Amino acid sequence: MMPTNTKTKFELKLGAATREAFGKALVELGRSTPSVVVLDADLSKSTYTAGFAKEFPERFFECGIAEANMVAIGAGLASAGKIPFASSFSVFLLNKGFEQLRVTAAFPRVNLKVVGTHSGISIGEDGPSQMSIEDLSLASSLAGFTVISPADEVATFKLVKTAAEFVGPLFIRTGRAKAPVIYSADREFTIGKAIELVEGSDVTLIATGLLVAESIRAAEQLEADGISARVIDVHTVRPLDRDAIASAAKETGAIVVSEEHLVDGGLGVRVAQAVGETHPVPMEFVGIQNTYAESGTPDELLDKYGLRARDVAAAARRALARKR
Amino acid sequence: MRTTHDVAELADITKQMRREVIQMITEAGSGHPGGSLSSAEIMVTLFFDVMRHDPANPKWPDRDRFILSKGHCCPILYAVMAECGYCPKDQLNTLRKLGSVYQGHADLRFLPALEASTGSLGEGLSLGIGMALAARMDGRKSRSYVLMGDGEIQEGQVWEAAMFAGFNRLDNLVAIVDYNQIQLDGFVKDIMSLEPLPEKWRAFGWHVVEVYGHDIAALQNAFGEASSEKGKPTCIVAHTIKGKGVSFMEGNPKFHGVAPTREECAKALQELA
Repeated sequence: MMPTNTKTKFELKLGAATREAFGKALVELGRSTPSVVVLDADLSKSTYTAGFAKEFPERFFECGIAEANMVAIGAGLASAGKIPFASSFSVFLLNKGFEQLRVTAAFPRVNLKVVGTHSGISIGEDGPSQMSIEDLSLASSLAGFTVISPADEVATFKLVKTAAEFVGPLFIRTGRAKAPVIYSADREFTIGKAIELVEGSDVTLIATGLLVAESIRAAEQLEADGISARVIDVHTVRPLDRDAIASAAKETGAIVVSEEHLVDGGLGVRVAQAVGETHPVPMEFVGIQNTYAESGTPDELLDKYGLRARDVAAAARRALARKR
Repeated sequence: MRTTHDVAELADITKQMRREVIQMITEAGSGHPGGSLSSAEIMVTLFFDVMRHDPANPKWPDRDRFILSKGHCCPILYAVMAECGYCPKDQLNTLRKLGSVYQGHADLRFLPALEASTGSLGEGLSLGIGMALAARMDGRKSRSYVLMGDGEIQEGQVWEAAMFAGFNRLDNLVAIVDYNQIQLDGFVKDIMSLEPLPEKWRAFGWHVVEVYGHDIAALQNAFGEASSEKGKPTCIVAHTIKGKGVSFMEGNPKFHGVAPTREECAKALQELA
């Protein structure tokens, strides 16, 4: 696990959306790496691939509203030696392109990068047809895929750049809403290595994406009640950092996993598998419960569907109560 | 590796490939003979005459790419690639057996000389587009050839890809439709007619050539025409006969996906002698 960033007070000021950081990283990759090419399906202004398209029009492929075709074209480009980043709203990319991701990218282990934006319910008013709440589950069921879910603009920027050097099929999940800044600009990220953000000994709050900041806030709330909560950012959902999870289970004896995703098939069940196989302890899960959300502001939706710091803190208290 | 423009020689190779297909599938006890036999002339003409490729250097960046989008017809591709020297001829009869390089559908994990793993219909044209785009970006002469089944083009992704290639004027891309008129459940015209087929491809911005897909000289001309066509991808609609070359398989939907018995195999080999 990466070294602890302990005793730092997190300001958690709102920064850029992770999708915007993705777009910024793409432009830098465009300048540094000639083999990087980008594909989009008529959403380049929303996915932020438009910046790359403007600077490198000959390396940008507009595929129109045809995600399945886009994914397989990306796989063809990768087979011919390019480093393609195919992007769309996560819900369309993973759901409409799933079979193509499976057969043209995962199964032949093609070096395709897919980046979904507008993940989770924090996209707000557009409603559930646009909300990807199963993308971590889908991507994690593609054998051989690496699955990344960054928490803020710094993590996204660094991990997108790392993804271009990484060989193999890879999915990155980003969001529409502005995300609280967690990391300083000099933080380094390693695919597959979780980051301990807050030290703690009574319970561990494991989270990914937007729920990392909520978990930090939850740890602060718990601290006020004398509960010492460890916070871990699992930016790589697969391969999972089993060592960090096993240590957390052993050293704190209770775990809460939080994600802006269905509790079915997401990070929570993957962590539970690792805990069950290494050091079983009481666990609680914060996520979307067997339903689809609705229109509303991002804040209203995160409140209504129970994805706030208070929900994480309440889950931590439940887990603690079950501790022997 | 043999290369030739000679029609009689290509016809001889084709006959030999058909024999190998029959033997392989009989030995495997399962597989898809009909579509392998209907596309035999197309594949032989491509690999032994038309395409620029080098079995001694399978990853040559300037090579032409062949994608068997109808991945279930891999026996004919395996026979042709083995004859070219990409893979062992003496293992053809391990088709569909555990550990064989000759998997039940084309799988490049086992046979890296393949350009793509296929088997889920409708995906190969998009892959071919990706490879054609990369060649165009890099200024390479490389062309992409994608062989599709007729039933296969009922898949919506084919038309997403057709629209993309036409709009983007990918003239280094050639689609071949093996129009043998039979799919698994019966005759294409009864299941989901494709007609008017040439008009559909033209409407998507493609140059279209119709040929009798067992006429090697006509195929040579069609591929030549595709190579000289500027600003448009070419679709070769190849009218073929399912199970071609074996009397009791020709036009018989049963042999889309059923292996011949040993007796049927012996009879077929006699006819292909």
